[in-house]
Formats: sequence, C-alpha cells, structure tokens
Amino acid sequence: MNQPQSRPRLLQVRDLKKHFPVQKGTLRRVVGQVRAVDGVSFYILEGETLGLVGESGSGKTTVGRCINRLYRPTAGTIEMCIDGKVYDITRAEKDELKQARRHIQMIFQDPYSSLNPRMTIGDIIQEPLLIHRIGTPEERRHRAEELLEKGGLDKDQMNRFPHQFSGGQRQRIGVARALSINPRLVICDEPVSALDVSIQAQVLNLLADLQDEFRLTLLFISHDMSVVEYISDRVMVMYLGKIVEVAPTDVIYQRPRHPYTEALLSAIPKPGVGMSKDRIILAGGIPDPAHPPPGCTFHTRCLYAQEICRTKEPALTAVPGSPDAFVACHRYEELTLRGFE
Amino acid sequence: MSLANALKKLRPGYRPSPGAGLAEDEEAFRFLTLGELMWRKFARNRVAVLSAIVLMIFYLVMVLADFFAPYDMNHAHSDYLYCPPQVLRFVDEQGRFSPRPFVYPLKGERDLKTFRFVYKEDRTRKAYIHFFVQGDPYRVFGRELKLRFIGVQEGTLFLLGTDVRGRDQLSRIIMGSRISLTLGLAGVAISVFLGSVIGTVSGFYGGRLDDVIQRIIEFLRSFPTLPLWMALSAALPPDWPSHLVYLGIVVVLSFIGWTGLAREVRGKILALRETDYVLAAAGTGASASRLIFVHMIPSVASHIMVVATLSIPGMILGESALSFLGLGIKPPLTSWGLLLSQAQRVEVMRLYPWMLAPGVFISIVVLAFNFLGDGLRDAIDPFS
Repeated sequence: MNQPQSRPRLLQVRDLKKHFPVQKGTLRRVVGQVRAVDGVSFYILEGETLGLVGESGSGKTTVGRCINRLYRPTAGTIEMCIDGKVYDITRAEKDELKQARRHIQMIFQDPYSSLNPRMTIGDIIQEPLLIHRIGTPEERRHRAEELLEKGGLDKDQMNRFPHQFSGGQRQRIGVARALSINPRLVICDEPVSALDVSIQAQVLNLLADLQDEFRLTLLFISHDMSVVEYISDRVMVMYLGKIVEVAPTDVIYQRPRHPYTEALLSAIPKPGVGMSKDRIILAGGIPDPAHPPPGCTFHTRCLYAQEICRTKEPALTAVPGSPDAFVACHRYEELTLRGFE
Repeated sequence: MSLANALKKLRPGYRPSPGAGLAEDEEAFRFLTLGELMWRKFARNRVAVLSAIVLMIFYLVMVLADFFAPYDMNHAHSDYLYCPPQVLRFVDEQGRFSPRPFVYPLKGERDLKTFRFVYKEDRTRKAYIHFFVQGDPYRVFGRELKLRFIGVQEGTLFLLGTDVRGRDQLSRIIMGSRISLTLGLAGVAISVFLGSVIGTVSGFYGGRLDDVIQRIIEFLRSFPTLPLWMALSAALPPDWPSHLVYLGIVVVLSFIGWTGLAREVRGKILALRETDYVLAAAGTGASASRLIFVHMIPSVASHIMVVATLSIPGMILGESALSFLGLGIKPPLTSWGLLLSQAQRVEVMRLYPWMLAPGVFISIVVLAFNFLGDGLRDAIDPFS
C-alpha cells in the first residue's frame, strides 16, 4: 500500500479486446459480436491487490480468463514480467504458454464445481506440481500437506474426496491448489461470493495471510464492494466491457468520480436503521453487449447524463491532482459524487 | 467397507442409531468414498439388483449351456412331436410328498373324436429328477463329456415341451442363448468404442472438426436400418456359417450405431470443458490428454457404461427380429429369434402355445437389462 509507484509492474494489459461471435443456423453464420471486453488497458504492480468490480455481464471474468489464456484475446496485448523475463501471453504458444501459466493460478467462485469430485484432495492440490513436473512424489506430497495445514485443514484428510468437505473447507482446498506451485499472480474470480458471510472472512483472511507470506499479486474479481474494499490496494470498475474508473481504494471509496461507481458504493449495506434510503437504484439492466449504446455506454442508466454522453465516448483520463486515479466520464470535473462513509 | 465399520473406524465413540435414516445418510455422505456411495445407492434399488442377479444366472447358464441343457439340442425324440411341457411335481395323486421332484411319464395316443395326437400323463409311474446325470454326449475342449445337470432315469423330461421334430425346447433355448446373448455384445462393444472416441474428439476440439462430425452423424442417422440389414445379409458371402454372417451384419450395423452415444458423450464433454476444475487444470497448463483422461473420461465413463447396458436389449431384439424374419441365424444353429419364428403360424400358437417360450426369455432378458441400466444410471450420480 505504501508507495505503490516504486514497485515494478507484474502485468501490463494494453487495449485488450475479447469478442465472442454470435452464430445462427446450421451453417453457423456469424451474425454479430458480443463485446465482452472492449478495449481495456491496465497494469498490476508486483505484490499488490487489484480489485476488479462491476455487475454481472460487465466482462470481469472474461478479463481474468484472458490473462491466463483460457480465452484467446481478439486484440490487444498482455505482458507479464517475471524476474526480468517478459512473457507475451497473447502470443505465447505451447511451451512458452505453459511456462507463463506456471506463474498464474486461479481461484474460482463455486467451491462445488472447482474441485474434481473423482480426485482426492491430495491429488487435487498436487496437480499443478504434477503438470509442471516439479519435485519428486515425496516432495509433492509434503508440499500438499504443508498447504493443507496452512489452510486450517488436517493433513490426515489428504485421501478424502471433495464431497466430504464443507463449502468453506473446499474453498480453502482451492486456495491450497492455487498456491502449490508458488505462482506470482493469482486471479481470484469471486472467491467468496458463494460462501456464508462468516466463512467469507475466514477465506479472505487466509488469502491476505498467504499474500504476505508468499508475496503474491492478486487480481480480485468481485461484485461485492465491501469485500473489495477490505482486500484491495487499487480498485478498477468495469461496465459493459470497458473500464470506467481506476483509483487507489481509499480514493475511490471516499471520492468516486464516475456515476456508476457512486451507484455501486451506495449499494453497500450500512449498519443502522433507515440508513439505506440514499441508495441509488439504477434503472433497467446492463445493455446487450452485442449492441452497446452509442457514446458513453453508461448513459442509458446514468443519473447525470447529458447530450454529449449520448454521442461522444469518453476516454479514460488521468484525474489531475490524484495520482493513479483514472476515470472515463465527460462530467467528472463538475460532479461531486457521494462516496462510502 | 460397511457404513457402520467406516464410522467406527473414523469415530471411535460412534454407535449407529437405528431408525435415524436421514441422519445416517448425511453421515454416510461425509465419510464414504464416491465408489462406496454409488454402490450404496445401487444396492438400495431392489429391482436393479434382482435384474443383475437374473442376468448373472442367464450368463452362467449360457457359459455352461451343454451342462445345463437336459438334452442335446438336436436330439429328436420322434415319439414325442409337439409334446406339451411336463409339470414338475412334489406331491403325487395320493397326496404324498416327495422331497425329490418328479414328472409323470407321457404316453401319446390318438384322440378318437378329434383324431388329434394327444399326450396323457401316466399317473401310475413316477420319473424322478436326478441331478448330475449321464445324458447325451457333448464335447468340451475336445473331450467328450456326458455329465448333465438334470435328467430322468426313465421316460422323458421336457420341461418346456418339444418342437415339431420332438427336440427339447428348454435345451434349444439354453443352447440358443449362446448366440442371442453374445452376438449383441460384440455390436455394443464396437458402437460404444466408436461412440465414445468420436464423441470425445468432437466435444473436446470443437470448431470445424465438430461441425464435420455432427454432419456425418446426421447423415448416418437418416439411414433406414431394416432395408440395410436385408441388403447386408444378402451381400455377405453365402458360404459363411450363419452366425458369422450375423456377426458381420452386427459389425457393419454398429459402425452406424455409434451416433447416439457419440452425441451424448459430445454433450457431456462440452459441458465438462467449461467446469471450473477443468478450467483450473487447463489454466495451469495441463495437456489435452491429461484433461481428457484425468478430468473428463472418468466423469463420462459411468454414463457410457449405462448407455451400453441400455443398448444391449436393442441388439438382442434386433437379433430376434432378424432371425424371426429369416435373415439372421439359420439352422442348424439356433437362437431365440429363430426358435420364436417357429411360432409364426396362428395354428401353432393356438395348439402348441409352449412354442412361445423363447419370447418369454427374450422379454425377461430385455427387461432385466433395462432395469439394470436404470439402476446404474441412478447410482452413477450419488449426489443427486
């Protein structure tokens, strides 16, 4: 958190686009493109946690999956710099891609579908090591035991199957699997959204502890603003495949500059009675990403939209006087938006 | 390992509480492995277990057909044409109980009113059933044996009657099962192999290859099968023995019979490809073969097994239908369909209804395979 500028950049994403073709009929004619991610540029510093927020359909998950090349990006570049060696993830193939993937791991939302029900948890945790042929069987087993214990589980449970664990335990097994090969970047795709609130804290604390211990860099994808505030150094807000605002966590929570961020912040539940009256309810749903509205994509639901918003697309610009803060809004200078107290 | 044992091992103080069904289920869920859960679920389905036992008996009898058949299947008892089934008895005319079952010997005579030849039981004599008797000779691995499971010392033992030439129907059904119960399996094996391989490739690699495979499947599925069977049985060399001809037909048919399974496997693989645990492995850099064989096939294998089980009856019925139409197995071999074809005429059906017995056997086997398949299908997903 202190002086993030001094750290090197681990990941640099430039103008990333991922379009999914819409096919129709037996001949699979392409009749349109779903612009899941439409021109996104950002960076992640080594050792920091970047929170990525937005509602369903905003393209958060797609960004995560492009980074470890589960999806092949339509355009743009993703570069990862590990100990001076630069991996061009967008263009890497075969061995180089496998080398790059060694440094990236994922943690998933659903603890029930993220573990193979037919493998023991010992095998599940050792799998990344096995894929990259790291260590002897003895060393791998030892490593799995160590990680299990870090995750608060008993090493005697190595031979059990996933269905024999609770949701929170399974999520911690998922964390153990992700960390088994000492990755540099961990993409957490809504890792606590499917868990009870009491268990969320457990898993979040585990992640935070392990981040310190292993010097991990996290991309933390979530739609829960309060969870993101807790864990992130910087927060990036996406809407309809585009970044609308990026800023350090305390800046964005105190003084959001994009109306969408304001609306998201107003949705955080607050303690007390009758406090939620000032919640901003956005009209309608997120527009169809196959037919994004012209101009600013948010103008259809924005409380402050004017003529210019309907015609001209705002660029992501640096906010003067606030380092590391960027916003894509025509009116950010005139508006004073409410943050989270 | 039984549930109670598993629990005792894991929790020394555990004592199973009778009547607490739900609680026991939840306990089991947490302590048993996947295989044990599947077995429990299958074992609870009584009909499926019974079907499995029935099928095991059928296949055991089939393997030892010569031993279990009371007579040589070509042994023509010329004095007993179209003889009705003899009833197995334990109690005689005078109400005396005999622990050893017996039949009354039959005597044929002409009914002077209808001039039909009828068989009357001779109730003055009893033919006791003996086990492990010396009967008609047969050859096993070149050695001649005479040992048969059941037989009578004097008279005859036709538990399911005889056919037009006086051959024992039960012996012919038992010998016929060798063809009816096995040839279908060969077809199923080929279909299942092709279906799962092509389905996996189609679902995993997707794209153009998937499109091409799907179009081929649609083309093959639009083929009418019956004319194809007829053409094939005519096209195969006439000097082949009929079981080889039939095997040939089955093989060719199974080359177009894989389409249904291929589609199902493709669907399953497509769904699995997007599950988080497969994505986790793929994102870590796992090879295609690791994704397929470690993460996908084990989940699909049980489904394939169920489909295979459920498609065996189709093959058995196919054999019966073909032999019934005179296109499949031909004498001197025999099969259930061929035996049933003897009951084609209404007159036979009316006067000698025991000629329909092979149909009963076909129904039992087909039903048993279906129930077994249903039971397996419910058991493979113990989490539902």
